[in-house]
This record gives sequence, structure tokens and C-alpha cells, in this order.
Amino acid sequence: MYKELKSAVLITICFTVITGILYPLAITGVAQLIFPRQANGSILRRNGKVVGSELIGQNFARPEYFHPRPSAAGSGYDGAASSGSNLGPTNPALADRLSKGGAQFRSENPTYTGAIPADAITASASGLDPEISPANARVQTLRVASARKMNPDTLQAIVDAMAEGRTLGLLGEPRVNVVKLNMKLDELVPFQR
Amino acid sequence: MTPNGWLQIALFFVLIIACAKPLGKFIAEVMEGRRTFLTGLLGPVERLVYRLCGVTLDPEGKPEEQHWTRYAGALLAFSAFSALLLYAFQRLQGWLPFNPQGLNQNNVSPDLAFNTSVSFTTNTNWQSYVPETTLSYFVQMAGMTVHNFLSAAAGLGIAMALVRGFARQSVQTIGNFWADLTRATLYILLPISVVAALFFCSQGVIQNLNGYETATTLEGPRQTIAQGPVASQEAIKMLGTNGGGFFNANSAHPYENPTPLSNLAQMFLIFLIPGALTYTFGIMVRDTKQGWALFGAMSVLWFAGVLTAYNFEQAGTPVLSKAGVELSPTGEQSGGNMEGKETRFGIANTALFATVTTDASCGAVNGMHDSFTPLGGLVPLFNIQLGEVVFGGVGAGLYGMLMFAILAVFIAGLMVGRTPEYLGKKIEKKEVKMAMIAMLVLAAAILFFTAAGSVAEFAKNGYWNPQGPATANLNNPGAHGFAEILYAYTSGTGNNGSAFAGISANTPWYNLTIGLAMLIGRFLMVLPLLAIASSLAAKRQVPASAGTFPTHGPLFVGLLVGVVVIVGALTYFPALSLGPLVEHLML
Repeated sequence: MYKELKSAVLITICFTVITGILYPLAITGVAQLIFPRQANGSILRRNGKVVGSELIGQNFARPEYFHPRPSAAGSGYDGAASSGSNLGPTNPALADRLSKGGAQFRSENPTYTGAIPADAITASASGLDPEISPANARVQTLRVASARKMNPDTLQAIVDAMAEGRTLGLLGEPRVNVVKLNMKLDELVPFQR
Repeated sequence: MTPNGWLQIALFFVLIIACAKPLGKFIAEVMEGRRTFLTGLLGPVERLVYRLCGVTLDPEGKPEEQHWTRYAGALLAFSAFSALLLYAFQRLQGWLPFNPQGLNQNNVSPDLAFNTSVSFTTNTNWQSYVPETTLSYFVQMAGMTVHNFLSAAAGLGIAMALVRGFARQSVQTIGNFWADLTRATLYILLPISVVAALFFCSQGVIQNLNGYETATTLEGPRQTIAQGPVASQEAIKMLGTNGGGFFNANSAHPYENPTPLSNLAQMFLIFLIPGALTYTFGIMVRDTKQGWALFGAMSVLWFAGVLTAYNFEQAGTPVLSKAGVELSPTGEQSGGNMEGKETRFGIANTALFATVTTDASCGAVNGMHDSFTPLGGLVPLFNIQLGEVVFGGVGAGLYGMLMFAILAVFIAGLMVGRTPEYLGKKIEKKEVKMAMIAMLVLAAAILFFTAAGSVAEFAKNGYWNPQGPATANLNNPGAHGFAEILYAYTSGTGNNGSAFAGISANTPWYNLTIGLAMLIGRFLMVLPLLAIASSLAAKRQVPASAGTFPTHGPLFVGLLVGVVVIVGALTYFPALSLGPLVEHLML
């Protein structure tokens, strides 16, 4: 038994070095070399300053911006505290939040009378979802266009150009990246703050 | 449900079928110590590991065969020491390198470190902490990543030991634990992980050692964005059916799983080895039809799960429709219950992921199971309770399913009044007894701890939990709250690691009890199975006769599925009816 114990200690150390030090450091080295942008977080910069990551959602409340989904990460889009709401389907707190969220969505987009797109008032799993559905973006186009004093059709064309379809026409869901879209809008049609 | 959704589900399954044979053959060659295309490169490393670690070699230079008690002893000694080392890493992280956020022992209490260290050693990866504010990069790499490899390799070894029991005759030995551990890690897990990690990077998964990024967002406020060596851990987290996230949101976090393509790859990696192992099993018992029969039974159960989860998640709930939410899918939005789901995955991919991760003992999540509809959420819960034998964990799925196969032939034997046989081995008192022990221990642990968690009360200023009932740690009231407790202990005992994550489990009470559940679920299952392996290996093979019940046809597949479902349903129906079932009626 003593012999097995000795092997247990040594093999743990051995594989800690191989799989715990060499493997991740090698992957880090190679990734930094061939995928430096992705490996460092797909960071977005404006005039050299970091404004976020294209993969990490952020809060937008102003009418000039497309709004993301509700977030349960920290106090909202906390990039160091990812989380869903974890509210169960029969929890009164969920019903309450949904009805408030629905009312807010309607008041922000008063001209829209149809059903609310499924992603618009539900909290995402990570709390950092950077994307919304194209249907959700379409509803918000009128508001954003009027706030930025631009033609809604021009704006919708920009949204459509930035929307991503299913990968290979098959995988995932169609979506629009809110962070990238809003950044693009600031570039094309700046507004007075 | 949409045709596109079903097409994605079908594509996933075709990939699993396509890889079963080639990878299964490769695994058989590796685990039997034969030469493969990687031997030239990795053979010297393998021999170096044996030499450094004092593994006893036989006169031919191969690791010495072990009796089951020595095999089990090696497994236990290894698990105990590696768990201890992980505990030490967590508590000492303040003095260790790769720690840009300056996290220290105050971030990891002793009870949390115990829970986490047991969790990763048993291939559970239950996490009662928020990783991005708890663990340094060093602990994530040299602790978590290492255990992701080794706990999977150990599981694979145990499965091989059991299969050798069926394949051999009149011998006392079932393989060498150190060789199984080393070969599985070096030849199977490591090469696939390297490829997968780099693929994940290409999709946007991060891999760096930088401190957390600070951004000034477009609207002005600052945002801190957690970083780290994620891709290298992500690959083995899925491939080893571990499931412990680098971040709190696990595979829902855009840095862990950024695109539909990375999502497909993650689900594929979960089932890759478990699917292939059925073929490995077929090769080793010299009848690949036996392996495909297990594959068939697993496929039936997998499909039933996906169908149920997809259906109910797409249907949504009355609360959603009352708030005015669109529940039908349209071309521009997914419809259904999107609470706790990511836009890029939608309903189909989240339902599929939830089913796959709990069919296997993975436990990674790309959506929050706690916010699923009652019956959609029943699927992952019940999958774990079935013993995670639907493809299952790396190794764990195969040995679990073989345990059910033993019970199935025993039941068939009772019905026709013959001594049951499986793969030419007579299944007798000892095997059935051991299989029953393994099964009953799991059920007892789940139900006992759930009951205790539902009624426990704590005094003021006590150590174990804040004052009041343990149920105060729940995030949801009523039946759903009960389901959170049931899910926690089911996940722990089943070594899954996913959660109805609303439960605040980071208290000494939950850390200790879930920790115990994980230990029971791993080792009190594995030890009886190794005993079965040894008892089978000692037996002679009986040639099949006209009276032998064939175990490679649809009749056996049906019987096996029946046994798995009936045992699960009979054991857990009362508990489930207090949780998800009654909640569904309350909608």
C-alpha cells in the first residue's frame, strides 16, 4: 500500500506539471500568436480607449441606443459577476419583473403594438448576452431613429447589414450585436449628449 | 419547435454516430497498450511517467496487472492525495503565482475549499462559488484543469476495468490503474483538448493571463471584464464531462461559449468519448453488436429527453404570455421561454444542451436550468436520477449502463427462470448484490440529504448556516424551491455538477452535505463495480446456447431502457411529484 501511496503523490505532481502548467501555457502561447484578438477578449477600442468587448454586453438606457436584454449580472452587465436571474417559472418575483419589463418596453417603444419578442424582457443566462433578436431590434428602430433624428429606413438598413444569420444557414439563431451596433451608430450618426 | 431546430439536433447526433467507431477503436488500442499513431510521439512520455512515479513493470516492461483491491487502493490513494493538493492550492492561492486579481485564502473558506476539492476530484464540478471572484488563474490551471483531466481519466480506467472483467476469463486481475490513468490522459484527453482549445480560441474564447480589463462603456459607466486562461480549461471541461465553468455563468458566458459553432463543438465533446466507449466495449468483448445495443438504448433515452425539453421550453409559460411575450418562433426571434437563455442559442440549442449535459455527467450549462419550465427542467433532473447512463460521463456512463445491463439480464432471467448470463458470463448472487448496493446507495444519498435539507433548522450564531430553516437559502418559493434542494443533492450524488442555481449553497451546511453526497456517489458506486469486475474476470466464459437470451437485439434494448426508466421512476416519483410535477399543475 505504501508503494501505491508514493505513486499517487508522484503521478499527481507529474500530471499537475503536464496538464496544469505546460498544457495551458502552451495553449496561451499559441493562441496569443495565432488568435491574439480573440484570446485577449475581442476588446473594442475607440480612439485607443477600451470601450468594452464585442462579446460582453453592456448597459444602454438612452433612447439613442438600442437596448440590450435585462441582465442579472451584478447590478446589470457586471463583467466580473456573470449570472442569470435563476427565477423559477412560478416565482411571483418573475411574474412581477416580466409585467414591469413589458410595460417599460411598451412605453419606450410606444408605436409598437404587436407581441413582445421573446428575448426583449427576459434576462439572459449569463447576464452578459451582447445580442438581441432581429425582431427586437426592428421594434426599437423607430425610437432610435427619432432620437437620432434620422430616417428609420436608413437605420433599419444599417441594422440589417449588421445582423448575423444562422451560422452556415443552420446553426444557432439570427441575432444583432447591440454593442457593435451602437458603436457603429455613434460613428455614423453621432448625437449631442 | 421548428424544422431548423430539429435539423440542428439531427446534425449533432450524426456527428456522434460518425465518431463512435473510429474513436472507439482508437480508445481500445490505447487502453490495451497497443501501438497507435501517437505512440512514437507520446510513448517516451508514457514510459517517463511510469519511471518517475515508481509504477511497477512486469518483465516485458509493461505495467503490472492488479487485483481489484489493489486497483481500487490505487484509485483511492490517488483521489485522496490529489484532493488534498487541490485543497492546499485554494487555501494558499495568495502566495502562489498567476494571480493578477490578488485573490487569497479569504476568498475561499475551509468548507468551500473542501467542497470544491471533492467536487473536482469526483468529476462532479459542482460549484458553490463565483469563480471569477474566488479563484486565481494558478488554481484554475494547476488545480481545476488538472482534475478535469485526471478525474475523467480515472473514470475511463474504471470502465475499462469492468469491461476487462467481461472480456477475460479465469484471471484475478483487471488492469493497472496507473497505466489506465496515464494512457487515457496522454493519448486520448490531451491531444483532443489541444485541438479543441485552439478551435475555441478561434471562435472568441479567451486565453490569457492578463488582469481584468476595465472599459469605459459607450454610455459612460465603467465595466470590469474578467479575463483568464479559459480555452484550455473549456476544452477538457467538455471532453472530460466535467462541466465546471471558468466563470459563474458557465457555457452561457460569451467568453466560454461565444458562437453557435463553439456551442455545437461543446455538446459534441460531451458525448464524443462516451459514445465511442460503447464501440470500445464491443471490441473488447469481441462482439461489436453488444456495443451498438448499448448505443441504441442510450439513443432512445437521449431522444426522449430532447423531445420533452424542447417541447416544453418552446411552449413557454402562462406568465410569459400574460406579459405579452411572443411564444411562437418567427423568422426573427425564437419565441418560447427565453428567461435564462442566450440569444445566440435560442430554444433548440439550450434544450439540447441541457439534455446532453445531464445525460452525461457533465453539468456544464448554456442556459439556466432553474428558469426552465417545470417539465423542461424535469428532464435534466430526471436524467441525472436515471444514473447518467445515457452516454453518460467519460467511463462513468459505460460502467453505469453495464450495471443496469446486469440488472436487466437478471430480471429477464427471473422471468424465464434461468440463471442469467451476460456476454458469456453467468450473472450470479455476488454480481447482482453488488449492482444493487451501488444503485441503492445513490438513491439513499439523494433522498436522505434532500429530506434533511428540507427540514433542517439552524440556531442563531451557529457555524453551519444562517439562523432559521435551511430552506431560507432558496431563491424560489414553494414546489420550485423544493426542486432546487432535490436538484442540488441529485447533482452532487450523480457527480453531475449542474444546478438549479438559485440555491445559495456556499454555507458550511450545504458545502459539507453536498460534498459527502459527491463522495458517496463516486466511490460507493465504483467500489462495488470493481468487485463485480474482479468476480467476472475470474469466471469462465460459457458458450452461448439456444437458451441464452441474446443481448444485442431490439428486445434487449427495449428491456434495458425499461429497466433504467422503471428503476428511476419508482425511486424518484414521490420526490419529483412534490417538485416539478406539482409545479407544472400550478402554472
